[in-house]
Amino acid sequence: MNRVWSVLFLLVPVLGIASTLMAMYGIAPLESAWLPKSLSQAGDTIDQLFNGIHLLAAFILAGTVFTIGWALWRFGDRQDPNAKARYITHNTKLEITWTVIPAMILVFLAFFQMKSWAENKMDRPTVTVNGVSTFKPPMVMVKAKRFGWEFYYAGADGIVETQDDVFVENLLVLPVGEEIVLQMESRDVIHSFYVPELRLKQDIVPGMTQFVWFNAREEKDIEIMCTELCGWGHYMMKADLNFVSRAQFDAWIKEQESAYSPEFKNAVETTASRGEVNTVVPPRFSSASGSQLGFKN
Amino acid sequence: MAEVSVKNSIAPDRKGNVVSRFVWTYVFATDHKVIGLQFLFSSLIWFFVGGFLALAVRWQLAWPWSDMPIFGHLLFAESGGQMSPGFYNMLFTMHATIMIFFVIIPILAGAFGNYLIPLMVGAEDMAFPRLNMMSYWFMWPAFACITLSFFMPEYGASAGWTSYPPLSVFQGDAQSLWLLAMVFVGISSMMGSINYLTTIIQMRAPGMTMFRMPMTVWGMFITAIMQAFALPVLTAALLMQLSDRILMTGFFLPENIAINNGVASSGGGQVLLWQHLFWFYSHPAVYIMILPAMGMVSDIISCFSRKPLFGYRPMVYSITSIAGLGFIVWGHHMFISGMNHTLAMSFMVSTMLIALPSGIKVFNWIGTLWGGKLQLTTPMLFCVGFVSMFVIGGLSGIVMSAPPVDIVIHDTYYIVAHLHYVLFASSVLGVLGAIYFWFPKMFGRMMNEKLGKIHFFLTFVFLNGTFFPMHFLSQMPRRVADPYIYEGLKDLLPLNQFMTICAIGMGLTQLIFVANFFGSMFFGPKAGRNPWNANTLEWTTASPPPHGNFDVQPIVRRGPYEYSHPDTEGDYYPQTETS
Ligand code: HEM
Ligand SMILES: [Cu+2]
Ligand SMILES: [Cu+2]
Repeated sequence: MNRVWSVLFLLVPVLGIASTLMAMYGIAPLESAWLPKSLSQAGDTIDQLFNGIHLLAAFILAGTVFTIGWALWRFGDRQDPNAKARYITHNTKLEITWTVIPAMILVFLAFFQMKSWAENKMDRPTVTVNGVSTFKPPMVMVKAKRFGWEFYYAGADGIVETQDDVFVENLLVLPVGEEIVLQMESRDVIHSFYVPELRLKQDIVPGMTQFVWFNAREEKDIEIMCTELCGWGHYMMKADLNFVSRAQFDAWIKEQESAYSPEFKNAVETTASRGEVNTVVPPRFSSASGSQLGFKN
Repeated sequence: MAEVSVKNSIAPDRKGNVVSRFVWTYVFATDHKVIGLQFLFSSLIWFFVGGFLALAVRWQLAWPWSDMPIFGHLLFAESGGQMSPGFYNMLFTMHATIMIFFVIIPILAGAFGNYLIPLMVGAEDMAFPRLNMMSYWFMWPAFACITLSFFMPEYGASAGWTSYPPLSVFQGDAQSLWLLAMVFVGISSMMGSINYLTTIIQMRAPGMTMFRMPMTVWGMFITAIMQAFALPVLTAALLMQLSDRILMTGFFLPENIAINNGVASSGGGQVLLWQHLFWFYSHPAVYIMILPAMGMVSDIISCFSRKPLFGYRPMVYSITSIAGLGFIVWGHHMFISGMNHTLAMSFMVSTMLIALPSGIKVFNWIGTLWGGKLQLTTPMLFCVGFVSMFVIGGLSGIVMSAPPVDIVIHDTYYIVAHLHYVLFASSVLGVLGAIYFWFPKMFGRMMNEKLGKIHFFLTFVFLNGTFFPMHFLSQMPRRVADPYIYEGLKDLLPLNQFMTICAIGMGLTQLIFVANFFGSMFFGPKAGRNPWNANTLEWTTASPPPHGNFDVQPIVRRGPYEYSHPDTEGDYYPQTETS
């Protein structure tokens, strides 16, 4: 009977590590789990860290839980009533070893990842204008609101939040192969801008301004998710994100500019400030899509 | 021994009628054992409420917008039984709130802390018995607030257990009830922790030095210190949020916030301030939810290995350093929050460091098992389960404490996996082990071993089936009622259905425990004073112990872990035995 328990514990690292590797390498039936394919260089670095730390974790899991299972196997069946357990209270050498080695691993991990964090969150891209280096101006101003996304392209003057901004809702079209900076603000509560493929996430806090940057390498249609609870409609706060070539992008933005009218923008402004309180709404959203709150009229 | 005076204070009405005797012993109880049992029973009841809410959450994730069984038609008759998205938010909010504040904290600190501390340090009761009674009573206004909030139009608070403003400030009235409930729970814990600290410092039996205390007492002691330091901060934050809601102050609200039909607050506040205050309490709180369990597990593993706890002093130092470091890591919940990005690096370093003492504890538990004469009883199995599951939770903790990685997995199901490995798969398994272990002391009867083992086996299998796959959902946001509106997540539906089925299995399994618990209470075989041949003081007195605990003043002569000592015949050596 004791062997059963030992096997049960031995199965934990076996199944745990096997399924983790299946997810990591996209083996059925876990091929869609884990993370989607990365679309950027910075994302690749994060993936290496993610997978690397998991492999390290797999070793530790195997080492510890195997030992537990093995201990149950070896010491769980001592039926001899006269046999006594070994009287061991401590072992200083062993304890120093298993303190110092993990400490070194952890300190190494701590320093090793700093570069990736800086690349993603601290080193905001710069440009040099007339020999002076300044922050690269954002291409799009993102306004998060309950429960949708507004995107204001900088327009001809290259500056967001001016008269010539081009407004699009719940759809973000961007060129590939360029370093893109987004500026993000919230109209009401906290939201969070999450694009799994770009390994990009940033909370958008009312009263604060955030900047994110990335450089996608592939033309692809993906989605933006909201990952901070923002009310009853949180689950449907999604937008489409299309990466296209520069030429397609230029054509697309022209098209938007001509379709754009000031009345439309006014309508958006007033509706946006009309946010709702938490009303419970019957959920027959069979065709739920991110453009639920779009302004179709 | 001063046992006489205490005895008289509790039951002045010994000859009175049944009702008044019941009221005086069980309601106005000042005996720490009765109060411990009060905490135990109310926590177990809430455990089932919280479990139901969890199953409803899982139902929606597996079969979104389908008719909810049982409750669907009661609550959502007009939509044909399917829940609304707001209702879903209520479900996970109330699930977490109840499990954390009404189940795990009160069952660890309230039930086991109360029951075991005086017995294990050899005191006749807590230092302040009436304060102890108040500490339980203050749970009831909290219970009332939460129960009432279920009858509000939005069916309960629904801003998440973290309750981030501004969303929480603009919720319906259920949120105010939620805040009040949390204030009451905090007061209750505060009174408890003062009592524990005083009792442990002042009322130890002769010979019970600090380093002869069992790990359970150490765990409770450190927990009480953490509560005493962290709770005032939470209470202040809760009252500030309440005042933002009711008095229109703006502690957490910036200017120009466009919500609530244009009614904006005066503003001038800081949204992130709440998160700092909340996590300054709630990170220590996650350790409050595991240190007592770690203590109990240490004692149980040592007892059933018939071997001293490996590295007792390093075990004490590691929980102490966990507690110390626990106060400077809160920012790891805020890497993505918009907090200063350089600051994230320092929180990352402290978080990496806190994994070290956690690791040392695991190694020491394994060292205790090694070379032992293992008795794989039900409590032992739960505790070995605790250790192996804590390894998984600790490892995912390390993954998340790397900020670049946390960019991806923050606020996804990966976090949900982590917190359930540490809170359910570790703390709850530890609590169940402790119930099986101390049940004979509490009720004087043994629990059924066979049912206990079936209970362990099924719980262990189902919990891994439910929570392990959550690690693979590292792109699926948490708190989303219908993840499948995202193209990229549609393929995850079968995995979610698998998890829900395991969760239902896990829920049903707990009925075995209920049957065993109540069956054994009345029909279990009688337990003697020391059914497990354990060393600590509580096993030297009757089961259940009389009021005043010990018939003779215990004199402590050695540490709690002298199992299989070479100087003795038997394989245990009670702390009081003369040599
Ligand atoms: C090895 C030690 C641990 C480390 C390094 C660690 C690290 C972390 C990190 C970095 C997060 C934030 C993840 C995010 O939101 O992005 C987190 C979340 C969490 N941890 Fe741990 N953790 C550890 C142990 C524990 C323990 C022992 C518990 C409880 C008993 C616990 C309970 C939680 C909970 C409840 C959350 C989620 C809070 C929420 O957002 O709702 N952790 N942990
Ligand atoms: Cu949202
Ligand atoms: Cu934390």
